[in-house]
Amino acid sequence: MTTTPANTELNMNPKDQQFISAKSYLLTSSTDTGTNLYDHLSCVLAKVLDERPENASDIIEDISRDVKRSKFNSKVDTVQDKVDKSTEVALAEIHHKLFSKGEGEDADQDQDEEVETPLPNLMDHFFYFEQAGIGLGREELVRIWLALKDLVDRYPLQHVHFWGKIFGTEQNYYVAEVEYREGNDEGDEEEEEEEAHAEEETEKEGDEDGEEEEQQEDDTPKPDWKPPPEVPKEENRSGANKKTYFVCNDPGKPWIKLPPVTPAQIHIARNIKKYFTGRLDAPIVSYPPFPGNECNYLRAMIARISAGTHISPLSFYIFDEEEEEEEEGGSRENFIINPEYEAHPMRDLVDQSLSHWVHHVQHILPQGRCVWFPPAKPDQDEFEDEEEEEEREEPDEPEPERGPELLTPLSEDAEVGDMPPWTPKLSYNLIPQYACAVMRSNLWPGAYAFAADKKFENVYIGTGHKYSRDNYSPPETTPIREEFPSGAEITEIEDPSVEEERQIRKAQQEAVEPEEMEEAEEEEEEDD
Amino acid sequence: MILIFVFYSGSVPACLFPLATLTNGGDEQLFIDTEKIFTSTKMEAADLHLNIDYVGTSGTVLSPEQKAALQTSLVIQQNRYKFHRIYFWGKILGIKDDYFIAQGTQKDEMAECKTLYSKDCVNWGLLPPATKAMREKSKLAKGRFTGDPSHEFEHVQTKKSADGEEGHEEEETILIKEEDRLASVIAEIDEDVKIVPRASFIKTPTGETLSNRCFEGLSVSEAAKLCSYMHFREPKALFEKTLLQKANLDKSIDFLDTIEEDIPKGCWSLQFERGSGLVTLRSLWWNGFVFFHVPGSRRFGHVYVGIGEKNLDLPFML
Repeated sequence: MTTTPANTELNMNPKDQQFISAKSYLLTSSTDTGTNLYDHLSCVLAKVLDERPENASDIIEDISRDVKRSKFNSKVDTVQDKVDKSTEVALAEIHHKLFSKGEGEDADQDQDEEVETPLPNLMDHFFYFEQAGIGLGREELVRIWLALKDLVDRYPLQHVHFWGKIFGTEQNYYVAEVEYREGNDEGDEEEEEEEAHAEEETEKEGDEDGEEEEQQEDDTPKPDWKPPPEVPKEENRSGANKKTYFVCNDPGKPWIKLPPVTPAQIHIARNIKKYFTGRLDAPIVSYPPFPGNECNYLRAMIARISAGTHISPLSFYIFDEEEEEEEEGGSRENFIINPEYEAHPMRDLVDQSLSHWVHHVQHILPQGRCVWFPPAKPDQDEFEDEEEEEEREEPDEPEPERGPELLTPLSEDAEVGDMPPWTPKLSYNLIPQYACAVMRSNLWPGAYAFAADKKFENVYIGTGHKYSRDNYSPPETTPIREEFPSGAEITEIEDPSVEEERQIRKAQQEAVEPEEMEEAEEEEEEDD
Repeated sequence: MILIFVFYSGSVPACLFPLATLTNGGDEQLFIDTEKIFTSTKMEAADLHLNIDYVGTSGTVLSPEQKAALQTSLVIQQNRYKFHRIYFWGKILGIKDDYFIAQGTQKDEMAECKTLYSKDCVNWGLLPPATKAMREKSKLAKGRFTGDPSHEFEHVQTKKSADGEEGHEEEETILIKEEDRLASVIAEIDEDVKIVPRASFIKTPTGETLSNRCFEGLSVSEAAKLCSYMHFREPKALFEKTLLQKANLDKSIDFLDTIEEDIPKGCWSLQFERGSGLVTLRSLWWNGFVFFHVPGSRRFGHVYVGIGEKNLDLPFML
């Protein structure tokens, strides 16, 4: 500190001397970074005075840190020039495709030709849902809408409906419900039939192999138990397979068609409760074992939720009178939009009696089908055991099972525990004149419907599980098989001791000897 | 250049400041905005209209009417109860009506927290603090919330009398008020799943828990790990750690439990929305609880919109 030259020392007063020594100390550059405190402090103070933050003394450490840090930021960074393509960019590129507007001329032509597009006015529908605090955020909806448009462009569809969103643990599903144009889904059906045939063939081959083996060594026992005849799945365009469903994990990613649902899948899906993962090929590990993987489970849950929660205002749909004559007795499947429908007053729609809303998707019977299929050998026991809770619980019914008719009012729905199955609400509390009616399902949390003027829409946003008051408990495992009745033929006898053996042998010999004698005598007699 | 870069990242004073990401831009404005950004963390009333959009992808949307009403009424409540900050906490769906919940905190966010509830987003009432006895009792209540705070749930308990005679059982009816149950459920949710990103709060030497001014958000790779999120409650598992495990912890930051050790494994669903621009965590224990964080920013928050029942079936569902 006192290393200042002698001549300056003489010319200065002590105050200046101290100042100079302090300044020179501050100007000492750090051996590590090469900076000095004097410059740093002046930078910090300059920054404070430039920017004049509030409570500067509280955040002086931050400012000091920022100043230090900024020194290290080079404008030309060779490392950062090479931009890494983050997942954000990758997704943005996927989304970007949605916003591109067809291939120029073709797109214009299409618009002229097809005035009526099956694409729903999603934003309009979700405008009403948003009034009631239901929705997905507008930007996301636009993306979904564009994705639906893509779907319409790709497939010959007659009707498209955004079914909803199901949350998975890893990814989410966006579900679109579609109907093909008449005669356009035959190709798909043929493919499926072929697949079915192929399966049968492999099965037959398997059987033959088994028989051959049996001939070779006949000691492999074969169980004479045969699985009960499987209830056939419903044809496309009818019952639980009336509509086709497409799913995707993110708008912009390809839509994947879900396979038709089988009664067995619906039946098992009622007995299990699993989270979706977001991967369609994920296995479902459960008891009872689920026939299929996650795409089948998803399809089964969609069928159940649709049957339970798709509702419309009373008399929006009516039965087609012509068809009614054709199939009398059987339950009616088809309905048409009522051309004379007039909007119900709001107070009727939000009435607690729920009588102004009807189901327009067929109820799924405990059998797993919408239309009763008489089993070849009615195995009554089995179905009596399986009288479980239903989407719309109804009293026990004798065979054939019959659910509520199509277009039955919600007032017929069974209560969930001791609470009503639906909660009706007005979207605005303060301005009820302009409100729309919103229904919230208490049985399937996440299922909503709205009605305003002549519009209505259903949507499901949730994890895909049914509400139950009590906790889920997996069904009991099947009882242990009874043992084969123990009898003489399978009882093990104790091995004889050596002495016993000897005695037996002796007795045998004694018995044989006289016989031999007799035989000899007989022979002699014969000779005579 | 590479050399300096590496050298620098090694020399960050680890004990004082969180190991924040090295970002190029925004450094100059950082401390000007500090106060502004400061107030926009979590689902705070002032920025509700912005932050609620982040959880929209999880199906959580407020209607315009509700948003408008909340913006007005929460400010009044904050003033009335002299809260340092007020947050929109979420919504509990009842059969007839829904409850909107808001929480007000003082400066130490962990220690002082009051819960308000409302049915119309306009008139708010103070919920009683959930005592231990209240929480035990309300676990007995079954079924959904009705929407009437004065509703009483009944629970019938059969009790064997102490006389020792067989077959002598007494039936005891326990009444649980819905308001108490509401307070208990909110306390349960806060304890189970209320989470914050690591280093967003610091513990000062005086024991206060304050929001960390130096928090600059998690990096994308950090945000993908469950160990970067912490339970915002008094730590439980921390004391059970061995000295060796605690050796690397930073006392001012790692004073909370991480959610990585939550049981069962997989009870959090972590997803990136918008590529990596937004990370959301959904609790599978409490369906409807959504946490969001924008990596590289101070924006984070959580909201619960659900039926207010814990998903006890979870072990079967994974």
